[in-house]
Amino acid sequence: MSVLLYSSDTDEPRERDSYLTPHTLRSWLLTTDHKRVGLLYLFTIIVFFVIAAVAAGIMRLNLLTPRGDLVQAETYNRLFTLHGVLMVWFFLIPSIPSVLGNFLLPLMIGARDLAFPKLNLLSWYIFILGGAFAFYALLIGGVDTGWTFYTPYSSTYSNSNVVLMAAGIFIAGFSSILTGLNFIVSIHQMRAPGLTWFRLRLFVWSMYATSLILVLATPVLAITLCLMALERIWRVGIFDPSLGGDPLLFQHLFWFYSHPAVYIMILPGMGVVSELIAAFARKRVFGYTFVAFSSLAIALIGFLVWGHHMFVSSQSVFAGMIFSFLSFLVAVPSAIKVFNWTATLYKGSISLDTPMLYALGFIGLFTVGGMTGLILAALAVDVHVHDTYFVIAHFHYIMVGGMVTAFMGGLHFWWPKITGRMYPELLGKLAAIIIFIGFNLTFFPQFVLGYLGMPRRYHAYPEQFQVYNVLSTAGASILGIGYLLPLLYLLWSCFYGRRVAENPWNALGFEWETASPPPVHNFEKAPIQRDEAYNYAEVASTPGAGLS
Amino acid sequence: MIWLSFLAQIQFSPEQASRTASQVDLLFLCLVGITGSVTLVVAAVALFFLIKYRRTASADRTPAKNSSLTVEVTWSVIPLAIFIILFGWGARLYLHESEIPANATEIHVIGKQWMWKLEHLQGKREINELHVPVGRTIKLLMTSQDVIHSFFIPGFRIKEDVLPGRYTTQWFTPTRIGTYELFCAQYCGTNHALMIGRVIVLDPTAFAEWLRRGEETVSVAQTGERLFRSFGCSGCHSPGASVRAPLLQSIFNSPVPLQDGRIVRADERYIRDSILLPNTEIVAGYDPVMPSFQGRLSEEELFALITYIKSLGSSQQSSTNAIH
Repeated sequence: MSVLLYSSDTDEPRERDSYLTPHTLRSWLLTTDHKRVGLLYLFTIIVFFVIAAVAAGIMRLNLLTPRGDLVQAETYNRLFTLHGVLMVWFFLIPSIPSVLGNFLLPLMIGARDLAFPKLNLLSWYIFILGGAFAFYALLIGGVDTGWTFYTPYSSTYSNSNVVLMAAGIFIAGFSSILTGLNFIVSIHQMRAPGLTWFRLRLFVWSMYATSLILVLATPVLAITLCLMALERIWRVGIFDPSLGGDPLLFQHLFWFYSHPAVYIMILPGMGVVSELIAAFARKRVFGYTFVAFSSLAIALIGFLVWGHHMFVSSQSVFAGMIFSFLSFLVAVPSAIKVFNWTATLYKGSISLDTPMLYALGFIGLFTVGGMTGLILAALAVDVHVHDTYFVIAHFHYIMVGGMVTAFMGGLHFWWPKITGRMYPELLGKLAAIIIFIGFNLTFFPQFVLGYLGMPRRYHAYPEQFQVYNVLSTAGASILGIGYLLPLLYLLWSCFYGRRVAENPWNALGFEWETASPPPVHNFEKAPIQRDEAYNYAEVASTPGAGLS
Repeated sequence: MIWLSFLAQIQFSPEQASRTASQVDLLFLCLVGITGSVTLVVAAVALFFLIKYRRTASADRTPAKNSSLTVEVTWSVIPLAIFIILFGWGARLYLHESEIPANATEIHVIGKQWMWKLEHLQGKREINELHVPVGRTIKLLMTSQDVIHSFFIPGFRIKEDVLPGRYTTQWFTPTRIGTYELFCAQYCGTNHALMIGRVIVLDPTAFAEWLRRGEETVSVAQTGERLFRSFGCSGCHSPGASVRAPLLQSIFNSPVPLQDGRIVRADERYIRDSILLPNTEIVAGYDPVMPSFQGRLSEEELFALITYIKSLGSSQQSSTNAIH
């Protein structure tokens, strides 16, 4: 790897070398450049995010009144299914891994590309194909099973396009598997000289843990959806008791995938936040090895906690206890991360730029999400709040408060690297604060609603729940504005943003040593890692460095 | 004034209307207290650092240690210890909730899209309404006719899924007279949100009067006895029958040795499966000659048959009798 990867004696302007040229559609659709594939994913998931967010908006408006006056029950059920399916499989799971991961992973390990660039493009096409199936299922009437597809409702009773939607998710799963595989091989094989495992960036560690889950868990989902489709199409008795099946079996299989999938939806966020905290506190992340290994611990234990979705499903009391204990256990590595991030701030040189605001927002919201996860892990309490808004609030704190916030932070942090231009900082801060306030106003009241007993997936509800529903809907409007702002100003900045040099944040890492936007083959000179990651202490003692 | 009425509406937990409710609330409050204070402490520390070490401030930044095993172990082990205590507390209460008191009064619950059918052993039936006497422990024996539902009474802090093809149970002891909400908590299709009802807790005399009211009812066990004859069960399962079949006197809850060597307890599930899938668990020493009644009996009729068989005595007193 010590050969020169890119001829450095060309005098042509930067623009020419940038991965963003040429501009033809053909060059984008046939690209094998990991950076372009990352952007292809970005455009795709934004489309899905907007559709799913609009669905959520309609639901929140419907819930303004106890009778649910806006849409009919059947429409409402299709809306929450659409929201769940698109957000989980077509936005959250690919969000950080497929967008930021694709763009950054080769840069962070000092490689020209991923191990299998063509496979990488293929995984985007597979994702598009899966998305097309899901989209078609929505266009011809949608699905009303909820994103969880519980049997025998999905396999026997639902009159909606279940099989088509399941096919979309099935196909998109292969995209996840291929991306995971690509990342694992790249991290093993493509690291720059000197970049040993314990010099890897924590984002790379989190991508590694995430990829393990993607590769190991996604096939189980594929199998489960196939079995469900078998029963629905050919009446093979697997889950429906009237055909001799076992309805609980579906839940076991589904959550065996879907609980680890929850960690697919948070580990990458943790990786981003580790990067942001280090860069804006200008310090090495405290307890690096513990933070790195806690990702692996979460990935591992995450495979053994699926039964906590089934405490009231009639699984055995003994199984309930084991799953409850393991669920408490999996909280320990998450707690370790939060403590280490906080400790990293100690004696740092902290600046509150937009990405850092998101990182701090993440820590707060993720902590609330994690803590309420503990409350849910306590068996007797879960019996009461299971399938209520308490659960909805909890996992939105993790997935939106955690993952989406981290995604926004990461997008802002690496935006100058991706586009070569800076976003407007003041608007960025404003949006981050609006999102934080809007998010809490939307979801905190739902904790109370849940404890009061309001079940999830209700299109109408008893009157005493209205106060909190109105608060939540008000929050959702604020949150909507918060997400709309970045969509607009980031787009604006692509054309009018201030141009930036290699390293606008004065941060450490291979990606900051190359041009913004990077050349096609990433580095003009093959990078070499000479010391540990985040060695800000060293930089600070060098004159002229450490300024922002 | 609007604000006052708004504030008056605010509540944070449903009424405590069962013995379990206060126990669950106590655990919940402890959990909120502990997790809430840890969250606040972390937030306070982070805020302190953010202010003290902001870039523009001059602070002592002499390089500190980047890692410390002692610190890491400390903030791993202390949470773990707290978690184990909380786990144990939650698990103990869960175990308590899963053990049905022996003196409980049984009520049958059948869920279907989108209503709850309830049946008292005296034969009185209700839809989306359940009348119970205060202070009496009630056991719900539940099943579904179609998809999975979930029987949820927030005021009692109890919930259990109601599955097709099997029985699930839960119990409660109402402590307060009043009306409480009943929800279906497991999404079950279009009108899931309308699958709601009320639990009406009455004082015992009012309850007795409520039971007497309306048309004359036949007890569930009597209905079962009638079905036992009309479906021809008595042709084999009675003394002196020409076909050799196990006698059902005192069979309920007794251990049954099977052909394959296993011994199962003759609970509701076993009796149900023996009626619908008679060839799966053959009693040792008998031929698999019983026909299946799958599709011929409604869930209500199955409940009636099982209740009748239960009324033939349970063998807690003489479990050896039932085997031989």
